[in-house]
Amino acid sequence: MSKKSDENPRIGVFICHCGSNIGGLIDCKKLAEYSGTLPEVVYSEDNVYTCSETGLNAIKKAIKDYNLNRVVVASCTPRTHEPLFRECIAEVGLNEYLFNFVNIRDQCTWVHMKDAEGAYKKARDLVKMGAARAAKLEPLDKVSVQIQPVALIIGGGVAGMSAALNLNNQGYETHLIEKEDQLGGRLTSLHTLFPSNIDASELLANFVNKIQLAKNLTIYISAKLRKIDGFVGNYSVEIDKAGEIIKLMVGIIIVAVGASLFIPKHMLGYDGKKRITQQELEVILKNNDLNTNNIVMIQCVGARNEERSYCSSVCCMTALKNAIFISNKNPGAHITILFRDLYTPGTKYEAMYRKARELGILFIRYTEKKELKVEENEVRVFNEYLGEEIIVPYDLLVLSTPLIANEDNKALARLLKVPLESNDFFLEAHVKLRPNDFATDGIFIGGAAKWPVDITEAITQGYAAASRASTILSHDVIEVEGTTSYLPEWNKNLCSGCEVCIKVCPYKAIIKNEHDEIEIIQALCKGCGVCGATCSKQAIEIKHFTNEQILSEIYACGGRDVY
Amino acid sequence: MSFEPRILGFLCNWCSYAGADLAGVSRIQYPPNMRVIRVMCSGRVDPQFIFEALQQGLDGVYVMGCHIGDCHYLEGNHEAIKKFNMVIKFLSIVNLENRVRLDWVSASEGVRFSELVSEFIQDIKNIGPSPLRRDCPDKRLMEKLKAIERAAASDRIRALVGRERKITEQENVYGEKVSQEIYDELLNTAIHDEYIRSRILILLEKEPKSVKDIAAEIEIDPNKVLENILVLKGRAQVDMSEIVDITPIYVRT
Ligand code: FES
Repeated sequence: MSKKSDENPRIGVFICHCGSNIGGLIDCKKLAEYSGTLPEVVYSEDNVYTCSETGLNAIKKAIKDYNLNRVVVASCTPRTHEPLFRECIAEVGLNEYLFNFVNIRDQCTWVHMKDAEGAYKKARDLVKMGAARAAKLEPLDKVSVQIQPVALIIGGGVAGMSAALNLNNQGYETHLIEKEDQLGGRLTSLHTLFPSNIDASELLANFVNKIQLAKNLTIYISAKLRKIDGFVGNYSVEIDKAGEIIKLMVGIIIVAVGASLFIPKHMLGYDGKKRITQQELEVILKNNDLNTNNIVMIQCVGARNEERSYCSSVCCMTALKNAIFISNKNPGAHITILFRDLYTPGTKYEAMYRKARELGILFIRYTEKKELKVEENEVRVFNEYLGEEIIVPYDLLVLSTPLIANEDNKALARLLKVPLESNDFFLEAHVKLRPNDFATDGIFIGGAAKWPVDITEAITQGYAAASRASTILSHDVIEVEGTTSYLPEWNKNLCSGCEVCIKVCPYKAIIKNEHDEIEIIQALCKGCGVCGATCSKQAIEIKHFTNEQILSEIYACGGRDVY
Repeated sequence: MSFEPRILGFLCNWCSYAGADLAGVSRIQYPPNMRVIRVMCSGRVDPQFIFEALQQGLDGVYVMGCHIGDCHYLEGNHEAIKKFNMVIKFLSIVNLENRVRLDWVSASEGVRFSELVSEFIQDIKNIGPSPLRRDCPDKRLMEKLKAIERAAASDRIRALVGRERKITEQENVYGEKVSQEIYDELLNTAIHDEYIRSRILILLEKEPKSVKDIAAEIEIDPNKVLENILVLKGRAQVDMSEIVDITPIYVRT
C-alpha cells in the first residue's frame, strides 16, 4: 500500500442462508434489504449458498453490473471461507483485501438457536459493523516468499515415516526426527496388526528398509525440536540430537508425534504381571510366552469417563485381534471380554467381531454405574440383562487402556505456536475443511497426534499430511499475507523516536535505520499489531487492521438503533 | 431491573476467535448480547478502542486472547495485560472498571468461551445499563472519559506502559530491576497527573478560564491545578491570555 485510495467506496453485501444453517433461523432476505440501506452500500442480495458456484457468480456479476469496489459476505466464518471469497473477487480484478467477512453462522445462528430475534439483531449489527469496516479497507499487495524445498517431520512412527517416504519420493530433501532411540513409534510394541494379521515387525522392517535406501532422507534418532523461527517456506529450526545441536532451514513441518498408552496405575489391581495392559500382552505374544488358558479382558479402562471422555478407537479392535490370535493358537482357551460398548466399524472390523463369537469368545457387558470388582483370581461383574453379578475366573487379566496425548505435546505446541484440544492432542485447523493443516501456514499434522488412530489410519494420514505439504513445497515462491505493520510516510513526522515499538516487537522486525528512522522490516513482521497498539504517538499502522478500520467497527456497533 | 446489555468483544484470531467458532460448531448456546471484532492478537487492542467503545454507550467490553504462553505471536497477550491494567486504573477513576474484562480462551475451549461470555453478560446485567447509553448519556461522565482517553493517549502513559515489561522484568545496565511496586507507583502518579491535565486542557479548549474556576469545575485543590497548569505551560499546551483584576486567565494554545 503506497497511498490511501481515494475512490468512493461502493460496497456490495451478500447474505448467505447457508442452506438452513442461517436462513432457517433468521430472515436473510430482510437482512439483505437492511444491508442495502447502510452507508456506501450500493447493492445487496441474499443467496442460498454464497460459496457455491451460483453464489460466487452472483458476486462477480454484481461487481461488474454495479461497479462494486468492496465486497462483504455475511456467512459461516472467515477461518474457513475467507480465502475462497478473496479469490473470487480477485478473479474479476478487485484487490482481494477489499473483501470483508461477517461471521453470522458459527458465532451467531449456531449459538443463539433459541433466540431468533436476538440472533437477527446481532447479525444486523455485525453486518453493519462489517460494512463500516469494508468502507475503510485498502488494497494491499501480497508478499512473495521463497520456498525452501525441504521437509521436516517430527515423529518417526508409522504416520511420520509414511509422510517422510512420500515427500522423499516426490524428490524433496526430507528430515525426520524421532525422540526415542529407534524408529517405529507404537509399531515397535505391537505383535500383529488388524485386520490383515501381518506381523508388526514385518511392516516396520519394510518401512525401515525403504528409509535406509532413500536418498536425501535424513533420520535423527534420540532427537527433539529445540527451537524454531521463521515462517512458511523458511522455518529455521534447531534439533537437539542427544546433546548435539543441528540447524536446518526447512519449508514445511509435519507433526506426527503419535500418542502414548495410558498406564492404569492403581486401577483394577493392575500390577504388570497377572493384571496387565494389552500392550504388555502383545509383548508376551510376540515372545511366545503365553502359558495360561483363562483370560479376561476389560475394555474402556480409564477411558470414556469424566477425566478422559473420548473413545480411544483402537482398543476394541486390539482386544479382538489378541483374543482371536490366542484362541486360534489354543482352541481350548477361555477368553472373556468385558465391555461397555463395542465399536467395530466398517466391513472388516465387524467381520472380526463375528469371527470372535464363532470362536467361542465370550462377551459380557458391564456398566459404568456398577463398578467391576477385581479379586485375586476372579472378576465380579454386574450384568444388567440378568440383573445379577457374574463371577468370571481368570489367570490373566488384560486391561484395554486408551491412547493418550504425549506428555511433551504441550511443550511442542508452544514451540510451534499451534493449538491443542482439551485432551492435549493437537488441534487441526478445521475438522472437515482442513483436517491435516494447522491454522499456521506451512505446519501440518497427521496420525495419532490428533486423536487415537489405528495403523491403517496413521498411514493414510501420513500421506494426507505429506500431500498437503507438497502443495507448498512444489512452488519456488508463494504469496503470503501482506498484513504487516508499517510506519506510513504521512505519519513519519509523528514518530518521536521513543523506540517502544522496538522493545515490544517479538520478532525483532523493527529497527532504527542509518537515517535514525524507525523502519519495519516487512519480511520479519508477522502482523500481530502489538507495536501499533503500543506506539506512543499512534504513528504505526497495522495493514488491514488499521485504527481507522477498527474504530469504524466500534462506532457502527455503538449506533443507537439497536435494542 | 433487567435489560439487554450491549457488549463489544475483541477476539484474537488464533485462540479466542477459534474458540468462539468451536462453540458454534458444537452448538453451545449463549445469549446474543456480544458483538465481535476480530483482531490478530489481543496485544493489538489499543486502549483507545476500549475508551471509544465505552463512549459509544456500550455496556461492556470484553478482550479475549490466547492463554499465557500460547499467544500465536509469542508474547502479545503479555502486552495486552499491561495495557489492560492501565485501562483498569484509568476507569477506576470514574467507576467504570467493572465494565471491561480480559480473559484467555483457547481454540479448543468452546464451552469456556460460552460460559465466560454468559457470565459477563450476567454481571453487566447486574451492574445495569451504562451511564453513557446513547439515549441519556451522563454528560459529566462523558467529559471525564474523554479526558481519560486523552490522558491514556499521552506520550508519557503510552511510553511508560510500552516499557513496563522491559523496566520490571529486565535489568538495566547497572544490573538493577525496578520492582513492580515501584513501577505501579510511577504509573499511578502518571495516570493521576495526566488525567487532571487532560481535564484542564479540555476545559480550556471550550473557553479561557482562571485557576479557581478550573478547580471548581474539576473539584480539586486550586494549588494542584496551578501546579499542573505550570507543567502544561512548560509543554506549550496552555498560555496565559490576560489578567482580569488580579486573576490570570489561561487559554489552550
Ligand atoms: S494471538 Fe491470541 S493473544 Fe496473541
